[in-house]
Amino acid sequence: MLAMNYRGPFRVRADRNKPYPEILHPQDAIVRVTRSCICGSDLHLYHGLVPDTRVGMTFGHEFTGVVEEVGSDVENLKVGDHVLVPFNIACGSCPFCKQELFGNCHESNPEATAVGGIFGYSHTAGGYDGGQAEYVRVPYANVGPVKIPEGMDLDDAVLLTDVVPTGYQAAEMAGIKKGDTVVVFGAGPIGIMAARCAWLFGAGRVIVIDRLHYRLEFAKNYAQCEAYNFEEMDDPVLFLKKATDWLGADVCIDAVGCEADGSALQTITGRKLLLQAGAATALQWAINSVKKGGIISIVGVYGPTANLIPIGNVLNKGLTIRANQASVKRLLPRLIEHVQNGILNPKELITHRIPLEEVADAYHIFSRKLDNCIKPILIPNVA
Amino acid sequence: MENTTANHPYIKGWGIDADPANEPTYPMKHYTGDDHKRIRYDRPPLQPQTVEVLHSNERPGLTAVYGTVAPPSGLSGAIRRYAFQYSEGSWGHWLPLILADRINVWEGIVDDLKQGTLPNIWKERGWNAEWKYNRKAFVQKVVVVAAITTIAVLLLGGKKKRA
Repeated sequence: MLAMNYRGPFRVRADRNKPYPEILHPQDAIVRVTRSCICGSDLHLYHGLVPDTRVGMTFGHEFTGVVEEVGSDVENLKVGDHVLVPFNIACGSCPFCKQELFGNCHESNPEATAVGGIFGYSHTAGGYDGGQAEYVRVPYANVGPVKIPEGMDLDDAVLLTDVVPTGYQAAEMAGIKKGDTVVVFGAGPIGIMAARCAWLFGAGRVIVIDRLHYRLEFAKNYAQCEAYNFEEMDDPVLFLKKATDWLGADVCIDAVGCEADGSALQTITGRKLLLQAGAATALQWAINSVKKGGIISIVGVYGPTANLIPIGNVLNKGLTIRANQASVKRLLPRLIEHVQNGILNPKELITHRIPLEEVADAYHIFSRKLDNCIKPILIPNVA
Repeated sequence: MENTTANHPYIKGWGIDADPANEPTYPMKHYTGDDHKRIRYDRPPLQPQTVEVLHSNERPGLTAVYGTVAPPSGLSGAIRRYAFQYSEGSWGHWLPLILADRINVWEGIVDDLKQGTLPNIWKERGWNAEWKYNRKAFVQKVVVVAAITTIAVLLLGGKKKRA
């Protein structure tokens, strides 16, 4: 079958010889992929920043597809069902899944205890092939996949597997009170969605910070928020303090993660020398520009080692830091409702629709932010 | 080790200030008390092991399911096995894994050649897209790299002649 094949940092190809996936567990399903996205966090893999990313792996944790085959213990799905598949692989029976922490499953990732299994996200997240392929193995098929509601656009459905829940949970974790000033660092798809969702929790003012004009413009229109370019400021923290009556924002959301720009020290030590788990510039700014007693919500992805952040300021300002991988399955009922009611229009984020055969070009376009790319989706021939 | 999660009625004041509403993980987590059951839960059936799978030494064995793609092999595999002797909080775990990843890239090229595939670096790096959308910058970069290479070759060549 045709699948994306990772060959090393900045090198991927569409491989026609990837073996068709097999049922390896009674609760597995095999799904024929109909839509698959490249996520901003896939770029961390593509750039070689996530340890234990092995050559030959297929990435992709945002996908929809049609069930082609089910294991003997699969009861909630049948062949022919068209499903959206949350990016978390979750067993449904460990203490964490039972408490709806589906992103923290204890039975899906042998390689690391700090993170649950994720499709196509290196061996640090379980060593599973992902959905940038014609077919994919879906473990725990009774738990994760959800049948796509009748009439829902596939482009909306595929963004419900990660982008919408992660953006929504970023706003949810921020504990937004009506009237709060919310600053979102990062105008990628997640940051834009977080800004959009901040209004749903009653934000009084939403500010997005990034360095790419086209993305800021997109965020301003899509999320109806303020948007500022940090490259046009001497000091983003000072800018935000001034913009918030010198007190700081009520909440700050880090939707950037380990590949932040804006600080030479962070970039050199985090992204070039790998002496820390990526550049924590956005988190550093978030901590320093939130008010005393404020809340930081982190959905940007960092590596597993350690980062330079001003933890002393977290203590002295009495900050609350809330973070997690989105618990997609927990959030889906509410978010499906929001999409069906037209409150959220995720498919408007999609700027590029690219055949799976051209996956290498798709990664390059997204990585280099060419052609005003916000969100690329891959479409296999078998879709 | 003694289980310390039980009630402690013999401790004066035990639990008098406990507030179930003080749950900073809400609404992410719907607290059910399952945490205190520790690992005494019904595990899903275990996936039969068909390939080598390394597991974190912070857990007693494999999870019930796991990925089977790219099992450890060759020099990179040996380094990965070494790395997994260290816990997830240790640089001894992560730095060797990054080294193994880089070695694995060369192993991948050798594997390609063995199978008669010459890696198409231009295509794999997505330079078709660079050519289409960012041609000016791409040409500039090529010219700069070519100029630096030429100067380096000339300088080295000159040194050799003098020697």
